[in-house]
Amino acid sequence: MTDIPSGAVARPAMDKVRASLSRRHRRQFILQALGVTAISLAFLMLFILLASLISSGHKAFTQTEITLQVFIDPGEIRSERLPRGDFDDVLAAALVAHLPSVDPNDRAAMRVVGGILSNGAQFQLRDRVVADPSLIGQTIALRVPVSDPYDQLHKNLLDRTTPESQRRLDDTQIAFFDRLNGIGAISTSVNTGLLTNADSRFPELAGLKGAIVGSFWALLTCFLISFPLGIGAAIYLEEFAPRTKLSDVIEVNINNLAAVPSVVFGLLALAVFIGWFGMPRSAPLVGGMTLALMTMPTIIIATRAALKAVPPSIREAALGVGASKQQVVFGHVVPLAMPGILTGTIIGLAQALGETAPLLLIGMNAFITSAPPTPFDSATALPTQIFIWADSPERGFVSRTSAAILVLLSFLILMNAIAIYLRSKFERKW
Amino acid sequence: MTTLAFAILLLASLAAYVLNRRAATGIREGGARLHSVSKYHGLFALLLILVPVLVMILVWLVVQGPIINAVVMGALPDGTLIGLDTGPIDLILAEIRSIAGGRIFGEPEPWKLAAAERLTDLRQRAALGLVVVTALLCLVIMVLARKKVSAGFRARQGVERIISGLMIFCSVVAILTTVGIVASLAFETYKFLRLVPLTEFLFGRNWEPQIPIRADQIAAAGAFGWIPVIVGTIVITIVAIVIAVPIGLLSAIYLFEFAPRRIRAVAKPLLEILAGVPTVVYGFFAVLVVAPAIRSFGASLGIPVAPNTALAAGGVMGIMLVPFISSFADDALSAVPQAMRDGALALGATRAETVLEVLVPAAIPGIVGGVLLAVSRAIGETMIVVMAAGLMANLTLNPLESVTTVTVQIVTLLIGDTSFDNPKTLAAFALGMMLFLVTLVINVFALGIVRKYREAYD
Repeated sequence: MTDIPSGAVARPAMDKVRASLSRRHRRQFILQALGVTAISLAFLMLFILLASLISSGHKAFTQTEITLQVFIDPGEIRSERLPRGDFDDVLAAALVAHLPSVDPNDRAAMRVVGGILSNGAQFQLRDRVVADPSLIGQTIALRVPVSDPYDQLHKNLLDRTTPESQRRLDDTQIAFFDRLNGIGAISTSVNTGLLTNADSRFPELAGLKGAIVGSFWALLTCFLISFPLGIGAAIYLEEFAPRTKLSDVIEVNINNLAAVPSVVFGLLALAVFIGWFGMPRSAPLVGGMTLALMTMPTIIIATRAALKAVPPSIREAALGVGASKQQVVFGHVVPLAMPGILTGTIIGLAQALGETAPLLLIGMNAFITSAPPTPFDSATALPTQIFIWADSPERGFVSRTSAAILVLLSFLILMNAIAIYLRSKFERKW
Repeated sequence: MTTLAFAILLLASLAAYVLNRRAATGIREGGARLHSVSKYHGLFALLLILVPVLVMILVWLVVQGPIINAVVMGALPDGTLIGLDTGPIDLILAEIRSIAGGRIFGEPEPWKLAAAERLTDLRQRAALGLVVVTALLCLVIMVLARKKVSAGFRARQGVERIISGLMIFCSVVAILTTVGIVASLAFETYKFLRLVPLTEFLFGRNWEPQIPIRADQIAAAGAFGWIPVIVGTIVITIVAIVIAVPIGLLSAIYLFEFAPRRIRAVAKPLLEILAGVPTVVYGFFAVLVVAPAIRSFGASLGIPVAPNTALAAGGVMGIMLVPFISSFADDALSAVPQAMRDGALALGATRAETVLEVLVPAAIPGIVGGVLLAVSRAIGETMIVVMAAGLMANLTLNPLESVTTVTVQIVTLLIGDTSFDNPKTLAAFALGMMLFLVTLVINVFALGIVRKYREAYD
């Protein structure tokens, strides 16, 4: 045994370590700083994404409207000719009453005046008169949306300082609007039309009702097909399938199917459902079937994970008191796994709700001005509607697109919140 | 009428359930010992009706439409369809259908009116036929099932066999989907390759699919070489991966090793939000914010940037892939055994050294697998590039220029009404086939790596 030397002794290895320590700590600091930068960058992007959507979308949740005292001129509108009649002339006459500088006989000027109102205004008036023909000859108060350029002007989205030739409204038009605004005819209200109207070529009339109903039908079809098929397949593979070549093939196949690009499913639907089976184009039914094929792998994977999490003691206890294999699975394992299965299903459906490309290929980007009454009628879906609006040249559609995205995102958040609630409320830890 | 058929089916199967259950209970109360509980006798009858009749109704509904159309078109006066293409024939059919639906525009020819009347008549007959056949079939099976009820009948085994069969069918649907994808793509690609030689498609350096639809139209001659399209895809994929991999990996390492618990609890759900945003939203974001920003930045530096540059599409795609990569990296890092970490720390390594020199090398197969899956996602990603990338095929490697991708071409070639016998449409399927093959190879490889590696440590 050697003596332990007392006092400070030179330990060269330790010195080396000490000398390098600050450098090593600096490296750790740099790595941490890089990590913080990376994750902040990701969140910055998320923030910019949401902020830009909200800042451009919130303006579409209000709509500029004009209140007019309309004299329904029996000379222009006769009860026996309804629903035909010169409703636009009646409206223009009501506007001109506030604009003394315009000569009512100057047709070009009258057309400019009529352009202040949304194209839908005359139909709104028509519907009221058709519903109650006794209004003819009376003066009624009517509140109608203004057309898109004036809506933009009122929301300060149209820069008054740009040169007149590059502006969508010239000085006279702006003067008309300011005069109407000055006498208090212009007001702003919550744009309920965004949710209650179907699509339209005119931004101020376009709404999401058709798309929401179309998405609803497609998701319903998707759920009705993918939920039973997915659960059935998952239960079989997890609980019953013998470990054969075939079950291995199915397993690899399902994992790959989950990673196949969505546009390929669109091609499949176009060739098989529409081309070979002759199903209708643009129908939410076909869209739902396509989404079901895409959602099935997600549901299968989630269901298998939920089944795996049920402890074997449950199965053994049930088998021990004489239950058959199927009685064990359907009577005990599946009910216990249900919260996990439902969570996975809802998350799968939320993904399906945001899926766009396959729906484009089967034609769910058609221009449809009414909500589809059945899943067999042509329709759009929320994401395809967003795509259509994003492609539209009218300025008013920019904020509508953002608003539509906010509506879609709120549906997604709602679905995910339900999934999280289910998970936290019912899932059991064993 | 279809609703009526479904209602009959539902009522009949419920009635059969009640009937057989009662009968079985009756036998038991008569003193005999049943093999199966009476509930299973009822269930057996229910399934015996529900499954075959439901299949019958669904097949009927799928087949009915095409058959009626064929009969109506076949019964048109001789010679009306001679020399017409599939497009005009479809138009005539659509007009007949809209007349039958009560929407008459102008004054249609009398033979169209007659055909519309025939169509309505056939539809009514088919609907009636469906209801009658459903009712008969239900009745027959009900009687057959009722006869089966006896003390010795193994109803539970019968029910379990049917349910097993149903579950096997469910699993096979997954295989059928793959078969359907391969079959449909292969079939249309084969038709495409009869029009365009394979060598031209694989090695051609021009992609101009806008061929004339009518003979008198002036349009490009049509060239189908996929090289510029795949090069564009690769450019955008590289941009996306170059952005996503460092950000995703570094944030995964930070969250895994350094972040305090509170930050982890906030950051992980936020990353999940980023992952849950639909791609069409990212596409709109690229068009609305990122592309103009890159453009004005380029202009301030004096670099010309195309309006739909590959950089904008690829950059936004990179953001989309960050949560994907970070979650794969997180899984891979967590799978490294605790002993390796403890060993490194015990030897005096700093935490950074432990992560970089022990954990990351040990986790590298899982990380690579995740990155490969991200590459496959980027290649197959559609909406971002449809909205933010170019339409014209442009053979360049410069990310500041506008390039097109495989998925963009598939969507633009197939949007709108197109018939299936035109090289333009078929080209989309050929591109789809290539896309499917490329992503399949990457996926199989990546999933293989991920699985093998996970097993090695478990």
